[in-house]
Amino acid sequence: MDKILEVKDLVVGYKGKNGFVRAVDGVSFDINKGETICIVGESGSGKSVTSMSIMRLVEFENGKILNGEISFKGESLTTKKADEMRKIRGSKISMIFQEPLTALNPVFTIGKQISEAILFHHKIGKEEAWKEAEKLVRLVGISDPEGRLKQYPHELSGGMRQRVMIAMALASEPELLIADEPTTALDVTIEAQILELLRNLREEKKMSIMLITHDIGVAAEMANRIIIMYAGKIMEIANTLDIFEQPLHPYTKGLLESVPKMDGQRGVPLKSINGSIPSLNEIPDGCRFSPRCPFATEKCHQEAPAMETRGDRQVACWHVDYLLEHSLLDVEEEGEISIES
Amino acid sequence: MHTSIPNKKYSGGDEVLRFLLNRLGQSAILLLIVTIITFFLINLAPGGPASTMRMDASPEERQAMVEKLGLDQPIHIRYIDWITNALKGDLGVSFTSSEPVVQRIAERLPYTIELTVFTIILSITIGILFGVISAIKRGKAQDHVINFFSVLGLSVPAFWLGLMLILLFSINLGWLPSSGVGARGADFNFWGWISHLIMPVLILTTTVLPNIVRFTRSSMLEVISQNYIRTARAKGAKESIVLYVHALRNALIPVVTIIGVLIPRLLSGAVITEAIFGWTGIGTLILEAARGRDYPLVMGVTVVITVVVVLCNLIVDLIYSRIDPRVKNV
Repeated sequence: MDKILEVKDLVVGYKGKNGFVRAVDGVSFDINKGETICIVGESGSGKSVTSMSIMRLVEFENGKILNGEISFKGESLTTKKADEMRKIRGSKISMIFQEPLTALNPVFTIGKQISEAILFHHKIGKEEAWKEAEKLVRLVGISDPEGRLKQYPHELSGGMRQRVMIAMALASEPELLIADEPTTALDVTIEAQILELLRNLREEKKMSIMLITHDIGVAAEMANRIIIMYAGKIMEIANTLDIFEQPLHPYTKGLLESVPKMDGQRGVPLKSINGSIPSLNEIPDGCRFSPRCPFATEKCHQEAPAMETRGDRQVACWHVDYLLEHSLLDVEEEGEISIES
Repeated sequence: MHTSIPNKKYSGGDEVLRFLLNRLGQSAILLLIVTIITFFLINLAPGGPASTMRMDASPEERQAMVEKLGLDQPIHIRYIDWITNALKGDLGVSFTSSEPVVQRIAERLPYTIELTVFTIILSITIGILFGVISAIKRGKAQDHVINFFSVLGLSVPAFWLGLMLILLFSINLGWLPSSGVGARGADFNFWGWISHLIMPVLILTTTVLPNIVRFTRSSMLEVISQNYIRTARAKGAKESIVLYVHALRNALIPVVTIIGVLIPRLLSGAVITEAIFGWTGIGTLILEAARGRDYPLVMGVTVVITVVVVLCNLIVDLIYSRIDPRVKNV
């Protein structure tokens, strides 16, 4: 399969008091043509920063790509000049954001904001761009496009605004669409509609999608492959089905267990992962997940596991074999866990 | 399937008209309250026109003066008399010059308008420009320089700066006239006019410009960190479009409001500035009126200044609703 995006050893830092704080620390993955990949993780896991780095938007927000390589269809994005990168943003790679209310400029009409996105990348007249905008608005399922284009963002509902954002992102038929928590701020019914729209557009436009979410349920619905991130590092990459069938990383397992189930027993508390994600200033030694990991051993606290390949999946954990062996058993039901390392 | 969307905005001139009528009603009440407060304050202050007579005036002469001016009447009767006449457009006769108040104001008002209009234009253009530069170059040399002069402008008193300018440009260098409004009428010449304007406009500008600069800066900085600015960049907008179209338009909304608030300050600044440079506008007129206990003139000037402030704020509100589509009242 053709790779559309390759990320290698990406390190992204934000300027802090004592030098750079690494929000993303050595992340490698790739996206195939026409594939939907989901990056899943808690807030602060570095998933948004990863996407902002691909767009090279981090540098506008005090961030910096410190190391690594991002290439889009074989072309390096990390070495591109600001103006060359600008031409790629919004045309070949587009992005939609979490907050559709604040992501649209309040003082310009929807029509102006969509047609502008077209005009940045195509040499056509304003009226023509407006007509294109009308088509896009219709494409994303907004009724009465003519009327809507003349409205301002505050006159639209949250779902409508996100549709407008999507229309804007599609302005130049991008090959890769990055969606950063596009449905987090929306009601569940609207969320389903927006995800449905993204799926349809993916088929119609044959584009790749990189979806960022903290909701593994959303990932299950959308993704071909899932990337699990934690505290700036990738924990596991696998096909969606594999992940749900057999998580290889304790963090992934924890994420899956904390999803409420339809057949779950009443009165049994929902499982959650103890503790919280570490702040970037106090990254633990060894495996970053070790302080919260039920399987953690001395080795985990001292030495960070490297990414290892297992068939067509990748995982960074010392205890992969143990997890594989005990695939059918719920480890917690066995009582005390003892692992020799 | 075709749903029509009611267009709530710009539904015609009706709403603008209703807004204007509403505001005019409010303004009339405001004006009434201002006149009551001013009238009672000035009339109840110790002394009076009679106290400004020559030292050798006898008590009888002073009493005659008081009766002649009608000041022996109770204060509420005098106010009712004044307001009744004022509503007919008659603001009375000046105690000090025996000319109608309306005429005295009409002679002076154009000069103050001249001074303030130049000041406003200068302050807004330079203020916004410097504010934007300061925000974009945050923490860099340009920002520090602009910041330094803003603080300086805010802290140096206008009267001192005015005198220093006169010392430098009029006395030492002899480039600019130290006072007056320049020849008018038949003898009017452009350079004479401008040369008299430069220093007063400069001084008056320093009283409002720093506020606009600092406000634009903070407003611009706040807007730059908004999500829609990121969206604009993600669309592939050039930095110039991101800053001057997407950011500035939003940043100006609060700046417009602050300009409305600064107009009264500008007018009070005009009093000092006019006094320093012998600029015969409303500012010097109000000083003459207060010093001479010229009650009708004080009242007249107060009414005019109030009306000007109210009108300016109305204009500001109209502009506000034009640049911010979320404002619904117009």
